[in-house]
Amino acid sequence: MSETLTFARALTEGLRSALESDEKVLVMGEDVGRLGGVFRITEGLQKDFGEDRVVDTPLAESGIVGTAIGLALRGYRPVCEIQFDGFVFPAYDQITTQLAKMHYRSRGRLQVPVVIRIPYGGGIGAIEHHSESPEALFAHTPGLRVVSPGTPQDAYDMIRAAVASPDPVLFFEPKGRYWTKGEVTTSPYPSARDAGAADVLNRARVARSGTDVTLVAYGPTVATALKAADALSAEGTSAEVVDLRAISPLDVPAVAESVKRTGRCVVVHEAPSFHGSGAEVAARVSEECFYSLEAPVVRVGGFHAPYPVAKLEHEYLPSVDRVLDAVDRVLAH
Amino acid sequence: MPNPQPGEAPAGADVAPVDVTPLVQLVSPTGERVVEPDNATYRSRVDHLTSEDLRAMYRDMVLTRRFDDEATALQRQGELALYAQGRGQEAAQVGSAYALAPQDHVFPSYREQGVLHVRGVDPVDRLRLFRGEDHGGWDPAEHGVQLYTLVIGSHVLHATGYAMGMQRDGAVGTGDPARDGAVVTYFGDGATSQGDVSEGLVFAAVNGAPVVFFCQNNQWAISEPTTRQSRSPLYRRGEGFGVPSVRVDGNDVLACYAVTAEALERARSGGGPTFIEAYTYRMGAHTTSDDPTKYRDRAEEEHWRQRDPIDRVAALLRAEGDWDDAWAAGVEEEADALGERLRAEVRELGAPPSTAMFEHVYATEHAQVAAERAWYQQYERETDQTTEAAR
Repeated sequence: MSETLTFARALTEGLRSALESDEKVLVMGEDVGRLGGVFRITEGLQKDFGEDRVVDTPLAESGIVGTAIGLALRGYRPVCEIQFDGFVFPAYDQITTQLAKMHYRSRGRLQVPVVIRIPYGGGIGAIEHHSESPEALFAHTPGLRVVSPGTPQDAYDMIRAAVASPDPVLFFEPKGRYWTKGEVTTSPYPSARDAGAADVLNRARVARSGTDVTLVAYGPTVATALKAADALSAEGTSAEVVDLRAISPLDVPAVAESVKRTGRCVVVHEAPSFHGSGAEVAARVSEECFYSLEAPVVRVGGFHAPYPVAKLEHEYLPSVDRVLDAVDRVLAH
Repeated sequence: MPNPQPGEAPAGADVAPVDVTPLVQLVSPTGERVVEPDNATYRSRVDHLTSEDLRAMYRDMVLTRRFDDEATALQRQGELALYAQGRGQEAAQVGSAYALAPQDHVFPSYREQGVLHVRGVDPVDRLRLFRGEDHGGWDPAEHGVQLYTLVIGSHVLHATGYAMGMQRDGAVGTGDPARDGAVVTYFGDGATSQGDVSEGLVFAAVNGAPVVFFCQNNQWAISEPTTRQSRSPLYRRGEGFGVPSVRVDGNDVLACYAVTAEALERARSGGGPTFIEAYTYRMGAHTTSDDPTKYRDRAEEEHWRQRDPIDRVAALLRAEGDWDDAWAAGVEEEADALGERLRAEVRELGAPPSTAMFEHVYATEHAQVAAERAWYQQYERETDQTTEAAR
């Protein structure tokens, strides 16, 4: 079945499918119940699945993740909502020192299939702490999977794969894309053993084919890269857009395969470029594609400054123009 | 100066307000039963315990202390990287653990050897982490005991979440004693300052979760006295969150058993959480890397040595005519055998294979871990061949 859904509704339907298919799935977070979350991603779920499965929690992020770990140890699959990117840090200790290490330190005896949903990124005119992109901080932590969908279809498929995964998943939702629409094909809920369904957590996808330059993006910048590719096409440059989907693990073969063909690579993300996930992509590309590269890898990202005031965010965020500027630079070689 | 006892005024002006909190006590330090109108409820909780039960508690406390002494010695010999001693806290741990049912679940910190012993976690397994051989050491499902938690207070939230899971499983408040369960989480006076402990109390309180917060106030968080953690008695932390709270003499094994049994029964029956402050003393160092002579004086240690929890059970058994020298000698022999086994088997715990560092990072394959493991295996093979060739 296929229908046109907003990014936000695709997530809701993905969560609904998980709740319907597995009675151990729980949704928990601040205001996720009657309100349906500040972005309404969980709208209607408490009415349909009850207060024990769609849980309004106290206002304490460490408490949300810490109790989710305990619930997971008891056999549940909690999906936590962190209200905004900038509010995840009270839970940072639980995520990095506890959640990420449970399976490892128990030699596989304990599984903690906790999903942490984080609306992230900017572009919505929000106030301080509401527009950040902290994904690299989590990707740097072994034991966590870190993913971010770029389309409504991936939002639907990836949230369900994240819930079905036996590993903890940091699920970064590009909040600036919540209201965009796309075709979503719904399908039966994947079983834990359905390795194919987990592909969306492991494999990049080519969002647009091209021959002259590879634009690597994920989450909110997939759309930016696609718009840049449109503009480049009008100028006679053929850009390929690779949507990473996951930054941990990183689908290096997919990126390398593309860059070996195009010889040029630009990485685009909203998070600061400095020590960002684009640095990892650039390092891998230099290792894997050294003899195919026609130009240095260029990164387009946020600056090494706190996320600015909303009046300046469009100067801070990687825009289509800044991507085009980066492509000009790699084509100049 | 000794730490102020409840009811005694503290010596310094810079310490907490006078702490006049009464303790639940069922046996005095000299081994007499304490019979007061206030402790009738708790007395009724130990009525069914026989002299055999008391002897069993004594035995488990002695074995716990011997484990502690042997582990400390092994660390001194370089066989363990570190060890966290529990000397002096045997009554709090053994007494509370005796109140557990098989279906209950324990979330310990790293100083609960008495609890692990009573729950049947193998003594050698309990030293794997301190040996640097494993980050865990046992199967939590086998004994209903989770692994050590070294980040102070983090596990209190896990305990609360686990208890919330028990509620959802219909394993609370059914009236079936074989089914209804609860969680006990152990932490110390220092941990009460951690936000996660407060958040655990919040989540447990609003959800009515079946969790017992068992705080062993051993007076010292490494070098900081409890007065650096709180200006009010610790047990009152619970009350502020709407959690019934009690302070118990942590060196009185029967009192610790009684208050925990009461709290567990309330939790299992759906009555929600309880906060227990077991007022006790860490007779040893924080860990083997610590030197308590730098921050506390002999007089204080002597004050508490007079209140040794094992001596108290022995005194009770003697006072009630249940002491038997031959039996006590048998317990010592058992402790000797435990020591021998630890000395032999801990030394034999070798290093895991190098590839173990890549195992179980994820439950499903992760491309970067797989690639690094493959690279490392190749690197090891080549290094071995080079070394071989050089010979």
